[in-house]
Amino acid sequence: MPSDVEQWKDELYGTDIRAEIERFAEEGWDAIPDDEHDAWFERFKWYGLYHQRAGQESYFMMRIGPPGGVLEPGQFREIVEIADDFSRGPAENPVFGNGWIDVTTRQAIQLHWIRLEDVPEIFDRLESVGLSTVQACGDSWRNIVGCPVAGKDKHEHVDADALATELHDTFKRNEAHSNLPRKWKVSVTGCDEGCGQGDINDLAFEPAEKEIDGETVTGYNIRVGGGLSRNEPRFARDIDVFATPEQAVDVAGGISALFRDNGDRENRYNARIKFLMDEWGPEKFRETLQEEFVDFELHTAGEDLRESYSYNAGEADGKHDHVGVHEQPDGNYYVGLNVLVGRIGVDEAYDLADAADEYGSGEVRLTQRQNIVFTDVPEENVDDLRSEDVLEHYSPDPHPFQRGSIACTGTEFCSLSIVETKNRQVRYARWLVDNVELPDGVENFHVHLSGCTASCAQPQIADVSLRGMKTRKDGEPVEALDIGLGGGLGEDPQFAAWIAERVPADEVPGAIANLLENFEEARDSEAQSFREFVAEREDEELADLIEPEETDYDDPFMHNTKRTWYPYAEEDDLDESPAPAQADGTPIPSDD
Amino acid sequence: MAIALRTLDDGAWISVDDSRRVSVSDVWTLSRGVFCECEPAYVLLEGFFGTGVDGSVVVADAVGQCLECGTRDSIDRLPVGRIVDGEFKPYSPEAVQSTLESDAGRQA
Ligand code: HEM
Ligand code: SF4
Ligand SMILES: [Zn+2]
Repeated sequence: MPSDVEQWKDELYGTDIRAEIERFAEEGWDAIPDDEHDAWFERFKWYGLYHQRAGQESYFMMRIGPPGGVLEPGQFREIVEIADDFSRGPAENPVFGNGWIDVTTRQAIQLHWIRLEDVPEIFDRLESVGLSTVQACGDSWRNIVGCPVAGKDKHEHVDADALATELHDTFKRNEAHSNLPRKWKVSVTGCDEGCGQGDINDLAFEPAEKEIDGETVTGYNIRVGGGLSRNEPRFARDIDVFATPEQAVDVAGGISALFRDNGDRENRYNARIKFLMDEWGPEKFRETLQEEFVDFELHTAGEDLRESYSYNAGEADGKHDHVGVHEQPDGNYYVGLNVLVGRIGVDEAYDLADAADEYGSGEVRLTQRQNIVFTDVPEENVDDLRSEDVLEHYSPDPHPFQRGSIACTGTEFCSLSIVETKNRQVRYARWLVDNVELPDGVENFHVHLSGCTASCAQPQIADVSLRGMKTRKDGEPVEALDIGLGGGLGEDPQFAAWIAERVPADEVPGAIANLLENFEEARDSEAQSFREFVAEREDEELADLIEPEETDYDDPFMHNTKRTWYPYAEEDDLDESPAPAQADGTPIPSDD
Repeated sequence: MAIALRTLDDGAWISVDDSRRVSVSDVWTLSRGVFCECEPAYVLLEGFFGTGVDGSVVVADAVGQCLECGTRDSIDRLPVGRIVDGEFKPYSPEAVQSTLESDAGRQA
């Protein structure tokens, strides 16, 4: 039997949802019939609106997806102004205040505490600068990720930005591809660094070369079926197809249609294409694609560039991300700024928008490491830019522990989360900077924290993977983390192995400190990366190197942050929640 | 009156009459043998994948992990609350629970 979600989608989905959102916004939150909440909130996701968790009823998370993370001049500032005007909650976050934007691991922006009544105006303002929230969540083409410095980088082989934009234009608001069995994540890489992270996407375009009719053509090899969620991580599989830039959109459409018609609509937990790939294997997948979903002869795979992939690859040195000052092919520079856990307060975001305008072209790009990049900065402006106050905090030269930190949304807003994440990761990073010396030769060390197995922070591809759990400490349930080690992408990607389970969250910084000390002692040489060190050892040996312990690190979030309406509120009990609320913030009394 | 029961947001909730009433990420106390051999077992629920009613009892199928012995498994038909006069009354995760044996009234 098709799931409830499939029935709701059958009744109404895609662009038809817009008019209904406008109607509810006009009439107010109360206008959504009580017995249709589940159906409408599922549909709203297609327009990038995700109802926040229990205790925060009537407030929404809104996701804005610029393809490849490219925000053209003016777009970043408009988002900041929207956040300033509409993204304010009923309580403050102790680290980030009230009003901020989140840069996500799929090169999108998330805003929180959005009220339905404000959505039409927000949509209008986004559209006025060429942005949209369409398909940012829900069962269809999500934001297309790709090299965040496409067109600006010396490592580029094929123009990933052109393809990402073409795919975006073709498959957003495209009726034939609006309603897929599940989310559909696409990545386009054009460089030899692998910064599109295709391996963990449903569909990946990767740079390649192929001899066709005696000529060397640059285009893309295709991989399918990657993803990290639900304790079932998969790397995308090579389906032995090369697409020329001219064929790429048709191949993508064929694969999307194959998924549409063959993905599991009965069971949402089995619906992602990675499970279809498990069942079919790449040969049958290719055969079906060729026979039923494209009308030209597919080329076999070309010569790829994976050997040089360095992005998130767990190497001890090298650039692997876009932080810092880098020369563009045109002689200008791009400047990558570190954003700790991806969150930028509104006031600083204005300063950043000003700096991007003043010293660069005003373009701001978003990376899959939750950072931002200013492009087109003339050489003579680089020093002035670097001396701006706001770059002290959003630094092109951050400490490796800050540079390496990624955290997902967590219990602050997310329904699935088991633990608090962003504020905790900020505290971890600060404690590590103050207390732990990195071993010589280690310039990069990635710690990724996800609140649950959905893995939005991509924990499995970090040096240290942290995943939300609980444990009992002194008889009480407390927030805890599973610790995994040694994950990374690169030519031969490897997921982290889960080595220590259910470590109380206040013992994790101590565990990382001890682990690094033990690594320094036992490694072969300064040239050996942490990932190589882990790969050489059995899990049991690694477990002995972790040694969790309490330190002077203090964790204010050990209690069940999910049982609060907002973990940082003075009165945080669910019964104290001001939600649901009218557009002006007045609470709406509930019936029970 | 029939109640609307379903899992929501990829297993984050049991929704009862379009209201998110039972959340994942709570630790449930289960008697020995229901999930593992710990007595009692403290089991963190990580995701719901089904729900139904058994008489007046609302039950859920979930994936969870024991915080003591580390067993990770699915658990079928965990009672998560009752319907009293048409109203859902959630059980407390801290109270010791066992799963229902009967197969009656299954909805999925
Ligand atoms: C229905 C439950 C959800 C599931 C199963 C889920 C799962 C995922 C997964 C698997 C990823 C990407 C990891 C990868 O690259 O493979 C992701 C991305 C992300 N999710 Fe979730 N997620 C859920 C709900 C939420 C909610 C409620 C929020 C916030 C309110 C959230 C925030 C994010 C963010 C920030 C990202 C990365 C960015 C992006 O997609 O642009 N997720 N999610
Ligand atoms: S990893 Fe889990 S907790 Fe974190 S945002 Fe994703 S779904 Fe929420
Ligand atoms: Zn046990």
